[in-house]
Amino acid sequence: MTRDAGPQSSRGTAVATYILRRLGLALVTLWLLSVIVFFAGQVLPGDPGRATLGPLAARSAVRALDHQLGVDRPLLVQYWSWITGFVRGDMGISYQNRSPVAPFIGAALVNSVKLAALAFVIVVPLGITCGVVAALRMGRITDRVISVSGLSAATVPEFVSGIVLLVIFAVELKWLPVQASAGPGASAASQLDHLILPAIPLVLVLFGYIARMARAGTIEALDSDYARTATLKGLKRSVVIRRHILRNSLLPTITVIATQTGYLVGGLVVVEYLFRYSGIGSLIWTAANDKDFPMLEAGVLTVGVVYMIATLIADVLYTVLNPRLRLGSSG
Amino acid sequence: MIGSGDLSPPGAEVAVAAPPARGQLAPWRLLLRRPTLIAGAAILLFWVACALLGSAIAPHDPLAQQLLATNAGPSGAHWLGTDQLGRDVLSRVIAGARSILLIAVAATVLGTLLGTALGLVMGYFGGVIDMLASRLVEAVLALPVVIVAFLFIVALGPSTATLVVVIGIVFAPLIARTVRSAVLVESQLDYLSAARLLGEKPAHIMAVEILPNVVPAVLVEFTVRLGYAIFTVATLSFLGFGVQPPTPDWGADIAANYGVLAAGYWWETLFPALAIASLIVAVNLVTDSVEQVLAS
Repeated sequence: MTRDAGPQSSRGTAVATYILRRLGLALVTLWLLSVIVFFAGQVLPGDPGRATLGPLAARSAVRALDHQLGVDRPLLVQYWSWITGFVRGDMGISYQNRSPVAPFIGAALVNSVKLAALAFVIVVPLGITCGVVAALRMGRITDRVISVSGLSAATVPEFVSGIVLLVIFAVELKWLPVQASAGPGASAASQLDHLILPAIPLVLVLFGYIARMARAGTIEALDSDYARTATLKGLKRSVVIRRHILRNSLLPTITVIATQTGYLVGGLVVVEYLFRYSGIGSLIWTAANDKDFPMLEAGVLTVGVVYMIATLIADVLYTVLNPRLRLGSSG
Repeated sequence: MIGSGDLSPPGAEVAVAAPPARGQLAPWRLLLRRPTLIAGAAILLFWVACALLGSAIAPHDPLAQQLLATNAGPSGAHWLGTDQLGRDVLSRVIAGARSILLIAVAATVLGTLLGTALGLVMGYFGGVIDMLASRLVEAVLALPVVIVAFLFIVALGPSTATLVVVIGIVFAPLIARTVRSAVLVESQLDYLSAARLLGEKPAHIMAVEILPNVVPAVLVEFTVRLGYAIFTVATLSFLGFGVQPPTPDWGADIAANYGVLAAGYWWETLFPALAIASLIVAVNLVTDSVEQVLAS
């Protein structure tokens, strides 16, 4: 808190209040999410001891395993120990490997972040550039091509575009490897080489959204009074675009990029499965196939947490960067 | 600041000028004039015909295996080649339209019904109900649809009914959010205050007064969601949590034959993939036209 009173510090307080309120809402949402995940993972599937040991196992063995796994306790107790453990970084014991879940999640998350980061590094500049170009050429052929191809690419499932890419670049032309993992101890360049092909289906889906937001933001900024004033003041068009238009048109794009994180993980499940890459997506897939519920719940909840953090950062960035944003009732 | 008192609240004029309910004919005529709609509808009708007629129009039995003619490339006898078990790819692509369309349409209808009901309640009552429901909606939206669906399908076991119910329930919050904002616009209008003053019950107001006015928003949301439902069903089938073999299904067939792609047998995966892409693009063309016509 700043001590000196004045308009500057009151804005600072308003921003702090907004961020705290936003954080509170995010925590409530996360709690609801954890209840949903717990319900789907622990209540719906029934008896894990029976599921692990099979229908022929003795009832006493099933009961002993249930007791060992702790699933014979009341649901509220189970939920409490599960969620408090999760907060402390103890995500439970995998049914499949009989070892703690957390290290698996950590390793997978690192791999996924590499792939997602590469996709973002390609798609963010590309999407923004194409969106701005489309806006500057609004209604003309360039605009139509960018908008229509963005929309089409966004709606084709990743495994469909992934297969087409695999057929062309890996099978026919043999330019890029079929698998995403470069093997242990591979150099950064080799890792990158293996990750380009898997990143493209993610880029294709994200491109349309980002380009559309950048286009809409730019058109709005071009229409504004300050853009007109800047032009009438005699500034060159390139200067107007760089100094006045881009700054304003990129704000909403930040939010879109963050909300796409949630989608991105869904895409990662498919892409990682298709390219045999061991990230959080394929971890969730494997856990689902093995009915390894502790691993599955931890994976899904981790995805939710990552998404919440990303949207929270985006909201805060948006608020800090945009002085005109109304800060609800506290403003 | 004195002048600002004279300004009417934004939207007030629009509200007064809006006609209560225009005839249904005009938008439909406009729709039929759009070439994108014609193209989308033609592709869509083709796949619907395949789904309805299935093996009746397929050149071979989609389940018949010919173990002496496996992985055969496209030829006169098998236009799109055969798969690993020697089954005719063209016949499986034609018959595969049924499962994906059936599940996607049923799930979208279910999701639209649930979402519209939830959105009406959230928008009409507001307050605590709206706050709680909004948090729940956001919690579901925090996860990719595929992952939420995954979680429940694993818990319940894959079946057509599970897929429809799970995808329907996951889509409901998304639709509810759109309907809620449409209802909020309506609730500012005079006809609702009039209905309340007449002593109409909330259920009656929601169903008879508000619902007809949010139908365009629901319609657009339905077509948008249908595209995503196809995307989701195909993805879940590809991941092995949707339609189970040997039933012909595009996503499942891609997953089954994907292993021999690197060996050069591309037709077994490429043609079902193109079928999925064409179906989704067709739905998008229709959605785009509906959106544009309703917006104009």
